[in-house]
Amino acid sequence: MSSIRTRLFAILLLATGAIWLSAMGWIQHSTRTEVGYVLDRRLQESAQMVASLIRRGGGIAGPDAASLVDQAPALPDSGPHDFTRQLVCQVWGFDGQLKSESSGAPRGRLADQAGFTDREVEGETWRVYTHVDPELGIRVMVGDALAMRDRLVHGVVMGLLAPAVLILPLLAALIWLAVRRGLEPLDRLAAALSRRPATDLSPLPETRATSELRPMIEALNGLFHRVEGLRERERSFTAFAAHELKTPLAGLKTQAQIATLAPEGATRDRALAQIAQGVDRTDRMVRQLLDMTAVENPVQADAPAQDGARILADVADDLAGLAQVRGIAVELDTGLTEWRTPHAALLAPALRNLLENAILASPRGSTVEARLAQEGETVRFSVLDRGPGIARTDRPHVTDRFYRGAANPSGGGSGLGLSIVASAVQAMGGELRLNPRAGGGEQAELILPDAPRPAPP
Amino acid sequence: MRLLIVEDDPVLSDGLCVGLGLSGFTADAVGTLGDARAALQDADFAGVVLDIMLPDGSGLELLAELRAAGSRLPILLLTARDQIRDRVQGLDAGADDYLGKPFDLAELAARTRAMLRRHEGRASAVIDWNGLRLDPARMCGTKDGCEIAFSRREFAVLQALIERPGAIIAKPTLEERLYGWQEEVESNTVEVHIHKLRAKLGAGFIQTIRGAGYRLAAPDGRDAQP
Repeated sequence: MSSIRTRLFAILLLATGAIWLSAMGWIQHSTRTEVGYVLDRRLQESAQMVASLIRRGGGIAGPDAASLVDQAPALPDSGPHDFTRQLVCQVWGFDGQLKSESSGAPRGRLADQAGFTDREVEGETWRVYTHVDPELGIRVMVGDALAMRDRLVHGVVMGLLAPAVLILPLLAALIWLAVRRGLEPLDRLAAALSRRPATDLSPLPETRATSELRPMIEALNGLFHRVEGLRERERSFTAFAAHELKTPLAGLKTQAQIATLAPEGATRDRALAQIAQGVDRTDRMVRQLLDMTAVENPVQADAPAQDGARILADVADDLAGLAQVRGIAVELDTGLTEWRTPHAALLAPALRNLLENAILASPRGSTVEARLAQEGETVRFSVLDRGPGIARTDRPHVTDRFYRGAANPSGGGSGLGLSIVASAVQAMGGELRLNPRAGGGEQAELILPDAPRPAPP
Repeated sequence: MRLLIVEDDPVLSDGLCVGLGLSGFTADAVGTLGDARAALQDADFAGVVLDIMLPDGSGLELLAELRAAGSRLPILLLTARDQIRDRVQGLDAGADDYLGKPFDLAELAARTRAMLRRHEGRASAVIDWNGLRLDPARMCGTKDGCEIAFSRREFAVLQALIERPGAIIAKPTLEERLYGWQEEVESNTVEVHIHKLRAKLGAGFIQTIRGAGYRLAAPDGRDAQP
């Protein structure tokens, strides 16, 4: 059931109904027992009364003796029921002769035993009490029809049930109102949430919340907090990126104005060359921003697994132009690995940034090595260069966003490259290791699990 | 006028050096705060064009250090962060002016000139001396109703002299005005430019003080010393 209110209402109604029904059953049963008991006593008293009246009348049971039963006191609280008139009486002598009978009594003998008996006479079941008076030599039998009794019990029970039945819809209405009233905090919360603008991520007040809602409000506030953090991160990233792009744009504009203003051809040509260089750098920065976004929000679609060696070769191929311009040789060693990964979208930007960094850092004429090796449970990508390496003081910060080396600024980086690598490696469940290379340079390694693990949350 | 450019982006840094050079300034560029501190210790600059986001910290740090040390060096902040809040922060930290990236080269040159002019205590952009009206923005002047154009180097020498009219300016000081670090100083360059200036302004406009340097001649009939 989708609505808590309906669900609660149904449960309460069913439970209340069940209790109500058993109460009704119990009332009916106890009423029946009670009325039966009272009526039995009544039969007994009537029989004894008839016997005592006969005795007082000289012990002779005349033909009218049985009619004395009509004088028996009415049932207490019997109300409008004409029960008293329904008693029948037979007086039998020990000799087996019917001495007397009341009007309405059946022709057949009502009972053979003393005490209470049920017997069917002339198509009707009678409840009979037989009083035996040995002195007078008579048996006084007083009885009433069971059908009559049932009618009486029915009447009494109905009298009790009718108000209870009328109460039922009232009870339902009360339950409905109570449920509504009880769930009001939930409605208020829902209303408060639906009124919120998308930008409002302030926490909901916890102090006034009911104890049942508090865990949910706390969970919601936690979510708000996380979303706010994420959004703040996005916002600062966008702002930072925009600012970062302004600097190369300023460079381009300045150089363009120089190209316009410069009186000498040499200055103009130099400015134009600077513009070309600036466009390249800006292009790289924009690509890195896109990489960053792609790596931070990986598409979780089931991408087909791709050959790791092939990804590395493609990346190296992409950077061949840059390497050539810079006079760097790139040496690939992918061995015989058959390692495949579904994370090509993460791995490619990571490798490209590592390799690009290595190429940009390397002195002209040197060689950058890129290797792929499978070692037991892990896969290792290594990129080695003969550049100046990362300065010791910069090491703890190189993977921070927009951190450009302070000790050894090449001036060319955006401060995004290694941050992209670190994010991608984390998303792949691997590890980035940056170490000085023996003999000078930097040795960057990506250690990835052979079977890609899900990224830690 | 020799300026120090503190900017880490190589293309922009180069553009600032060349572009301000076209406006008659001599500019030297450094890329980090550390280098900027060293440069300011080593040489005498008329002003600084300072980027805020630098690899080894914020330009505002350097600004605060300089002001704390009592330096009145004119400093123009150059930054991508050009929200009003950032401008206020920069100016309050002691910057003389503030320019957001990307900017117009002509505006940067004009603001730099204005900043230096204010530092020298002049309100007018045009300098008058001895019948010459010198307009630094256009690197030209008028004398006796005739327009005179100067080359960048001639102008730099003339400007150095006219900033402190009548004072003797030593030859090395003039050389420093003419060249940045990267440029070779030729031994007779100052003499060559003085010669050209005399040809344009009249032989008596600039006096040679033997063994000391050069100065502008006093206006007729008055004492040269201010």
